[in-house]
Amino acid sequence: MKFGIIVFPGSNCDIDCYHVLKEVLNQETEYVWHDTEDIEDFDCIVLPGGFSYGDYLRCGAVAQFSKVMDSIKVHAAKGKPVIGICNGFQILTEAGLLPGALVRNANLKFICDIAALKIENTETPVTNCYEAGEIIHIPIAHGEGNYVVDEDTLEDMKAHGQILFTYVNNPNGSIVDIAGVCNKEKNIIGLMPHPERASEALLGNTDGLKFFQSIIHHLEEGFSNGK
Amino acid sequence: MKAKVYVTLKKSIADPQGTAIKGALHKSGYNNVEDVRIGKLIELDLGEITKEAAEEQLKVMCEKLLANTVIESYQYEII
Repeated sequence: MKFGIIVFPGSNCDIDCYHVLKEVLNQETEYVWHDTEDIEDFDCIVLPGGFSYGDYLRCGAVAQFSKVMDSIKVHAAKGKPVIGICNGFQILTEAGLLPGALVRNANLKFICDIAALKIENTETPVTNCYEAGEIIHIPIAHGEGNYVVDEDTLEDMKAHGQILFTYVNNPNGSIVDIAGVCNKEKNIIGLMPHPERASEALLGNTDGLKFFQSIIHHLEEGFSNGK
Repeated sequence: MKAKVYVTLKKSIADPQGTAIKGALHKSGYNNVEDVRIGKLIELDLGEITKEAAEEQLKVMCEKLLANTVIESYQYEII
């Protein structure tokens, strides 16, 4: 099992993700520079948080044209997991791999806080170790985390269980309190909160650990089924 | 050939920046201002190409990169 952490110019949560997967959870993990074309070896790709390309034009708008994004589309089409955290989520929506878009927080402020999140669907690669309805506390740090999507798409997402995490106290104006979503096939996941910042007892919070343990569990199940 | 591209949030998308600026204009005495929407102006120099080619390029540029059509509308003018 091998994890690839994509590094764009301006990524700044790549080391945190690497640390949790490699050091805390002992998984084979490598950094992948954004102009890499061959990512065949990786079982799971993580797009970390940060400010890729300085958030120029729109957050994630420029990163969607990186060479590695074409390979990620191929990787995702095979059903392999792709996880976008914060700026990674913004990149996935810009690339059209996830529905909706992330716009300026309703209060116009960059919000750095701990958010209470409710687990809405436990049958996904990133939530299978959580309990349905469980409330977890995960750091958020974003200026553009206000999730918007049109009504028809939202209804379709609800019908397919694509809303994974919701805010207990909506900090940014997101429609129906959405903090994290997935595609219909449930292998492309995006969320604004940072589980990688809440995965070690030393940091005072391990609520995010089950997010990564869920991925490992999901991949192990896939391997045992011969996938 | 030069072009100007205007990108604005769709009417259905709330524009908190516009709302904040409307508030500031009201405080400055312009109480008649009913709505403010913030957008982007992008100026491009497209080099020596025909107007038709420019039109074609601009449409694709806007759809692919300059605007996110999930949340934004765009207009362009060739000058």
